[in-house]
Amino acid sequence: MDKKEIICIVCPMGCRLTVSKEEDGYKVTGNTCKRGEAYGVKEMTNPTRVIPTTVKIKNGFLKRLSVKTNKPVPKELIFKCMEIINGVEVEAPVKIGDVIIHNILGTGIDVVATKTMEKIQ
Amino acid sequence: MLNYDIVVIGGGPAGLAAAIEAKKNGVKNILVVDRDRELGGILQQCIHNGFGLHVFKEELTGPEYADRFINELKEMDIEYKLDTMVLDIDENRELSVMNTKDGFMKIKAKAIILAMGCRERTRGAIAIPGTRPAGVFTAGTAQRYINMEGYMVGKKVVILGSGDIGLIMARRLTLEGAKVLAVAELMPFSSGLTRNIVQCLDDYNIPLLLNHTVTQIKGKDRVEAVVIAEVDHKKKIISGTEKEYTCDTLLLSVGLIPENELSKSAHVKLAPVTGGPMVNESMETTVKGIFACGNVVHVHDLVDWVTKESQKAGKSAAKFIKNQLKDSVDTVKTLAGNGIAYIVPQVIRPSNIENTLDLLMRVKDVYRNGKLIVKGDGKIIKEMNKRHMAPGEMERISIPSRLFKEKNIREISVDVVKAGE
Ligand SMILES: Cc1cc2nc3c(=O)[nH]c(=O)nc-3n(C[C@H](O)[C@H](O)[C@H](O)COP(=O)(O)OP(=O)(O)OC[C@H]3O[C@@H](n4cnc5c(N)ncnc54)[C@H](O)[C@@H]3O)c2cc1C
Ligand code: SF4
Repeated sequence: MDKKEIICIVCPMGCRLTVSKEEDGYKVTGNTCKRGEAYGVKEMTNPTRVIPTTVKIKNGFLKRLSVKTNKPVPKELIFKCMEIINGVEVEAPVKIGDVIIHNILGTGIDVVATKTMEKIQ
Repeated sequence: MLNYDIVVIGGGPAGLAAAIEAKKNGVKNILVVDRDRELGGILQQCIHNGFGLHVFKEELTGPEYADRFINELKEMDIEYKLDTMVLDIDENRELSVMNTKDGFMKIKAKAIILAMGCRERTRGAIAIPGTRPAGVFTAGTAQRYINMEGYMVGKKVVILGSGDIGLIMARRLTLEGAKVLAVAELMPFSSGLTRNIVQCLDDYNIPLLLNHTVTQIKGKDRVEAVVIAEVDHKKKIISGTEKEYTCDTLLLSVGLIPENELSKSAHVKLAPVTGGPMVNESMETTVKGIFACGNVVHVHDLVDWVTKESQKAGKSAAKFIKNQLKDSVDTVKTLAGNGIAYIVPQVIRPSNIENTLDLLMRVKDVYRNGKLIVKGDGKIIKEMNKRHMAPGEMERISIPSRLFKEKNIREISVDVVKAGE
């Protein structure tokens, strides 16, 4: 894709950016400030997102434990990560910050618990 | 009868912050009551990130943000009761409370803090013609099912309303393998944060249909399809634009309203636009000694502002108990002027403001390169250029206390001025 329309979300202005590929890199138009330019280029070259989701949990008072990737993962890996995360089941007790999946897809990024859940008797 | 200095109703971010702040200000005997199984309120089901950017300068998920305050509450040894429902409050600050362990209790409080949050509007469901099959949920209910209980609500989904919960659920359902066909929004703009439109819809190519609404629900036992049509600027359906979407689920995200049963039972006066209690500069309601904060007062977009507002309520309740809140006759009224939907607080007693007073408000429309103008008795006291304003994003204006004292103002109003006017 050579040209893309995206909305900048660095600040609430929400400028509509047009990012196009030029010979010497990317050109951003529609931005009101420099931060928008940097955002536009990042979104074209290496967009990343934190994935907040859940895993199954046994012996907790709820059936799902909330988790997230501890760093943003490349956007194109989101659904692959979800497949792995959905295959996992943990057992209470779990503490907030515990690593649930180590080094997901070899990215060096861990999936960690975002909630503490005690074991129910 | 049990006796407490302060009873906080609701253990969400508002109740937690208020209780902690009251204790920090010297109140020892505090009780937090929540009807849920755990503390944290609505945040426990909001597993997405984006919380705490202002308070902690980092991006936390809802449960993580709640966890910090829950820990602080426990470390400070503040008493709390879960699975406990407050049934009624009277003007003498006596509460009727009930749970399965202690049964029915009467509690007398020197001060009460209302922090019951809000609930979802379901009005939209009733107004849509068609059958009443299974598969119609409010977005928040679906969120609780998926994120906490582990039930998936459907495979092909249409969402009505583009508030933040609807947007967040569009992404959540997509990640869990459902197909979200469209988000239909009656207004010409979304009431959600731009960040959520981009990261929840654009990221997954989910169409946002502005000026559209659901006109019909089809299906006998389960939703089979919904019809979406375009509306004109008077919100009238433009005939011929109807389009049928085959789906098994319809989520409604048509707004939130403060949870008011208890406020009413205490005879607290409600403000017409916010739907929550009218409050003064100290977050005190119209009933002496009853304070309110968080979504029960007005629906907030960011939890950070809930925390700040609730700290003020906690501190004020502590002052009230110590007889340090000044009851003055020289009250200042706030007035929502052109383009402003409402302002909180509604009433100000200048002698209780410490350094600055924050006015929180929402604009009625989307404005680019506009201005907010604050007037005291008709004279401009502050002007702020705003490159972007939208109803989905709350505005805050800080006013230094000396302005009230020097000028002896009786009324503060805020207007929006459009670019070029
Ligand atoms: C889907 C969604 C997404 C959001 N996304 C963001 C975001 O990305 N970033 C952000 O900063 N903010 C976000 N918010 C906003 C933020 O979460 C809320 O503004 C905040 O949680 C409100 O806190 P509260 O304590 O007022 O209410 P709540 O969290 O609703 O807490 C109220 C508590 O009171 C209890 N209660 C009510 N009535 C009674 C009674 N009679 N007796 C006993 N207990 C009672 C309830 O059980 C509940 O625990 C989002 C909100 C929602 C709904
Ligand atoms: S380009 Fe600059 S002004 Fe526009 S949204 Fe991005 S950060 Fe804000």
